[in-house]
Amino acid sequence: MVKSTSKDAQDLFRSLRSAYSATPTNLKIIDLYVVFAVFTALIQVAYMAMVGSFPFNSFLSGVLSCIGTAVLAVCLRIQVNKENKEFKDLAPERAFADFVLCNLVLHLVIINFLG
Amino acid sequence: MAALESPQPAATTTAMRHAFGNVLSVLILVLIGVLAFSIRLFSVIKYESVIHEFDPYFNYRVTQFLSKNGIYEFWNWFDDRTWYPLGRVIGGTVYPGLTLTAGTIWWVLNSLNIPLSVETVCVFTAPVFSAFASWATYLLTKEVKGSGAGLAAAVLLAMVPSYISRSVAGSYDNEAVAIFALIFTFYLYIKTLNTGSLFYATLNALAYFYMVCSWGGYTFIINLIPMHVLLCIVTGRYSPRLYIAYAPLVVLGTLLAALVPVVGFNAVLTSEHFASFLVFIIIHVVALVYYIKGILTPKMFKVAVTLVVSIGMVVCFIVVAILVALVASSPTGGWSGRSLSLLDPTYASKYIPIIASVSEHQPPTWPSYFMDINVLAFLVPAGIIACFSPLSDSSSFVVLYIVMSVYFSGVMVRLMLVLAPAACIMSGIALSQAFDVFTGSIKYQLGGSSNSTDNAEDTNNAPKDDASAGKTDKGEEIVKERSSKKGKKKEREPADKPSVKSKAKKKALVLPLETSIVALLLLIMLGAFYVIHCVWAAAEAYSAPSIVLTSQSRDGLHVFDDFRESYAWLSHNTDVDDKVASWWDYGYQTTAMANRTVIVDNNTWNNTHIATVGTAMSSPEKAAWEIFNSLDVKYVLVVFGGLIGYPSDDINKFLWMVRIGGGVFPHIKEADYLRDGQYRIDSEATPTMLNCLMYKLSYYRFVETDGKGYDRVRRTEIGKKHFKLTHFEEVFTSHHWMVRIYKLKPARNRIRGRAKKLKSKTTSSGWSSKSEKKNPWV
Repeated sequence: MVKSTSKDAQDLFRSLRSAYSATPTNLKIIDLYVVFAVFTALIQVAYMAMVGSFPFNSFLSGVLSCIGTAVLAVCLRIQVNKENKEFKDLAPERAFADFVLCNLVLHLVIINFLG
Repeated sequence: MAALESPQPAATTTAMRHAFGNVLSVLILVLIGVLAFSIRLFSVIKYESVIHEFDPYFNYRVTQFLSKNGIYEFWNWFDDRTWYPLGRVIGGTVYPGLTLTAGTIWWVLNSLNIPLSVETVCVFTAPVFSAFASWATYLLTKEVKGSGAGLAAAVLLAMVPSYISRSVAGSYDNEAVAIFALIFTFYLYIKTLNTGSLFYATLNALAYFYMVCSWGGYTFIINLIPMHVLLCIVTGRYSPRLYIAYAPLVVLGTLLAALVPVVGFNAVLTSEHFASFLVFIIIHVVALVYYIKGILTPKMFKVAVTLVVSIGMVVCFIVVAILVALVASSPTGGWSGRSLSLLDPTYASKYIPIIASVSEHQPPTWPSYFMDINVLAFLVPAGIIACFSPLSDSSSFVVLYIVMSVYFSGVMVRLMLVLAPAACIMSGIALSQAFDVFTGSIKYQLGGSSNSTDNAEDTNNAPKDDASAGKTDKGEEIVKERSSKKGKKKEREPADKPSVKSKAKKKALVLPLETSIVALLLLIMLGAFYVIHCVWAAAEAYSAPSIVLTSQSRDGLHVFDDFRESYAWLSHNTDVDDKVASWWDYGYQTTAMANRTVIVDNNTWNNTHIATVGTAMSSPEKAAWEIFNSLDVKYVLVVFGGLIGYPSDDINKFLWMVRIGGGVFPHIKEADYLRDGQYRIDSEATPTMLNCLMYKLSYYRFVETDGKGYDRVRRTEIGKKHFKLTHFEEVFTSHHWMVRIYKLKPARNRIRGRAKKLKSKTTSSGWSSKSEKKNPWV
């Protein structure tokens, strides 16, 4: 039972890896950015667990800025992905411009809230 | 959009028709704006341009301060003229949206050299924003069903009495701008959902920020949108556009909500926001599942599912256990008192008498639905059915909105206001469908069979909205039921046959000419009834400023301006630093108009302080004097309606004072003031009632008015008629005895026999302290 599940898990990982390597490079760059942002957020949470949550607004703005850029990058990836039928007539430059605008608003709010 | 027909003249005629339609729409929208503005001006015409009620006076005072001292002073303002001796941090406890909006408008107008006073700007802010709200309703309904429905919904919202009641000229309260912000936020959410554009998602977050600034009801948005996202996921309508519409809103919206000082860290700590975080996690899980399903083969996907489910269950269980422990540790489960009373309507009456005593927080009666949304109550179910005919994301959102708002309006009458836009949208959709079917039938019948193919194609290809085919079909089925009730089955059958051939899958139902014309006329009459009711409601029911009262008598209109008379007396005849004690209803008006420091006001944030004032009003004269003296009070203000029959006076509110006071000071018991469970002030009243301060201050010298002391509100003669006041002296009674002001007599210099009294008191108190609770104020 265990052996079959471990073999299944290995098969799963192999197929996942082979399927993922087929994605275009620009999408892989966006994915890397998302992973980096989430990782930074996790580091901040671990730091807060160690030293306490005062001042809370700085912690909140730090974590939410990481999660915010991650979410916006995922939105960009959705819009730029060629396989998405719904967005095929959206120019990737327009998607990137929207991404930049939303990030600007996000970081303006962050800097105001950082204290 | 217009280039579907191949022959050239047809394309230009369609383009001409669209251009004409657009111009007509713009003209209609302008007229709707003017209508929304002017229907709210009745109180200005009947009375004067004055601020109404109680809460608007506080907002007006804050706006005055903002316009005089600038935004930094306003943001850091600590008000020491209210809740004496505690004070109130205005910057941190007020929703700044309304004041900042009105302040900005005043500043812009003044810098353009249009010298409007702050009061004028405050009075007319609400009508202007109601015009904006109807335009926002047009945009929202256009996204759901098309511009015809949009126009119908906009004109309904411009006139709906429920919205008029909170946004007449002079009602300068949070809802005036908040309803506009609510509808606009929903419009941007639907627009993002329909287009999947991140630009609209940003605008949506900014509109949500404006809503958070304006009203405490923003929690409705941050719970309704997650509920809708969950609904879409559960019904299998997940799409990348849903993710783009929801995820940036949560992150950006939480940050922006935390920026507003009133909300602060409550944006992440209170239970009102947990739904949004929960659905945020859920939508990420769902998105990941869809992504992996897309890149794996089905067999591998099944393996992945079994593996993940087993691990995921364990992790989920741990997380849920932690969350439950955190939430259960707080006594209310993390919810605030007001939100909890929405979920459990009996909560407030059991635990928080102040919330229960506000008349706006009571559940509404059935007639109030017909008063407030009138004809729309019939049209809403038809609109709900019309929304289901092609069920899209946006129509499911509107259905969810109306269901939730109907529930909440049933709990609290004040939330009928949130129901109004939803009802207007639904009714607009229903009306527009009905009109489409009838006018289509008339056009077909008058055009004859040569136009049948043209007309059928037109109704199919009319690119006003994307669901026209399904819309006409469903509309026909509704009308089919209606006409079958009228018993015209025979005429329907032959009309069906010629047009069945033209459409492959959908039957084009065309009604006979007479039916359509009669139905159209009936619908127009329905609209006429609605308009008549709305104008009547606006003119008669909702335009009273409550600070000025009028009554019709044989010799014409009689005006009662007692409130302003007494506030003016206070401001001219007392020192600037004198403290005035009254029941909390009049706190805002006293600080705004009389400019004197008050003890408690309408903010009701400190229950113990209010209970102190309530205890003082319920105690005998000496005890009340002690309490008021300890609070540095100089004047006591009482509202009395017995001479003219004004029912909302302090004697009618007195039992609430007893209950609230008794909730904190147990020596005040409500049963002491009732004779056989009945509240009376005549000769059968209890001695506690006849000796309490409120009774004495209300009825002092009242017997001099007509010799018998007949109270017109309670409709009896009063119990104790001839008495003197020992610790208070009357300094002012207004023209119709509506407001009475008393001054505390200074403490006596020398009391005879005090030393003997003290000794006997200490010995007697030693015996009695074990048996009964001591009155702390004696």
